Amino acid sequence: MSHTFFIAFSYIVTALVIAGLILRAAIDHRIQVRTLADLESRGVGRRSRRG
Amino acid sequence: MPLDRYIQPMIRELANPTRFMSLSGTLLPWVGGLAAVLMGIGLYMVWFAAPADYQQGETVKIMYLHVPAAWLSLFFYMIMASSALGTLVWRHPLADVSQKAAAPIGAAFTLICLVTGSLWGKPMWGTYWQWDARLTSMLVMLLIYLGILALWRAIEEPNRAARAVSILTLVGAVNVPIVKFSVDWWNTLHQPASVFRIDGPTIHSSMLVPLLIMAVAFSLLGIALHLAGMRTEILRRRVRTLTILEAERLDAQAA
Repeated sequence: MSHTFFIAFSYIVTALVIAGLILRAAIDHRIQVRTLADLESRGVGRRSRRG
Repeated sequence: MPLDRYIQPMIRELANPTRFMSLSGTLLPWVGGLAAVLMGIGLYMVWFAAPADYQQGETVKIMYLHVPAAWLSLFFYMIMASSALGTLVWRHPLADVSQKAAAPIGAAFTLICLVTGSLWGKPMWGTYWQWDARLTSMLVMLLIYLGILALWRAIEEPNRAARAVSILTLVGAVNVPIVKFSVDWWNTLHQPASVFRIDGPTIHSSMLVPLLIMAVAFSLLGIALHLAGMRTEILRRRVRTLTILEAERLDAQAA
């Protein structure tokens, strides 16, 4: 196999892993923001509603 | 001590998650943006300016990914080890948030280091893998990262998980100097350090400059991901607290 294959494969793998990290961070953040907004819209966070 | 007078209040200020959220929210786009710009400049230099190596030929281009990934693997482990101390010794409220956010990033960079190293090894050494001290200790590093991630999932209660993970992290920290000095302590196929040496780097500036730019770009990317991960982790804990509150309220209503 030519050296080009090894070089290209290295850059592709690195790009995919980094893209995965960024995507995971963005999706996880969005899920938490939505869940939090949902809980707060139901008034869960307000102390007056507790007990 | 005057140093304490400045550092102590600063740490206390940052210990407040609300303060951290506002500060990191402002910093994040700048760090991420700077990482993207430097990554662009670095990649341009690697592909269009840096020369081919007289022995490795164009395969040296793999080094510009492999070396920064290896540094970040160790860097994120050191972030985790200092966060572990923060959790166990000072019970800093953000310490285990930082540790939890750092683990998957460190693991990912360790994986990049191993894969790119292997892809460089095949055309250069004639083999994808050798059980030499540097390669083996780096594989152990990945396994420690994965062990830490698994332990977090195994313990439900966040404070107990944080303590257990912190102990494992500090025990695993013994591997950091082993990775770094393995090439000096043992006779390895992997070459010894050529950038951080007492007698200065042994690489020509036409390759050293793009390598350092790539290293700074990778570091800023790592820091941006770490800040983003910490922010999400803080939100996740708020979600957890509110979910428990809601469950308690529903219980009280049902009773």
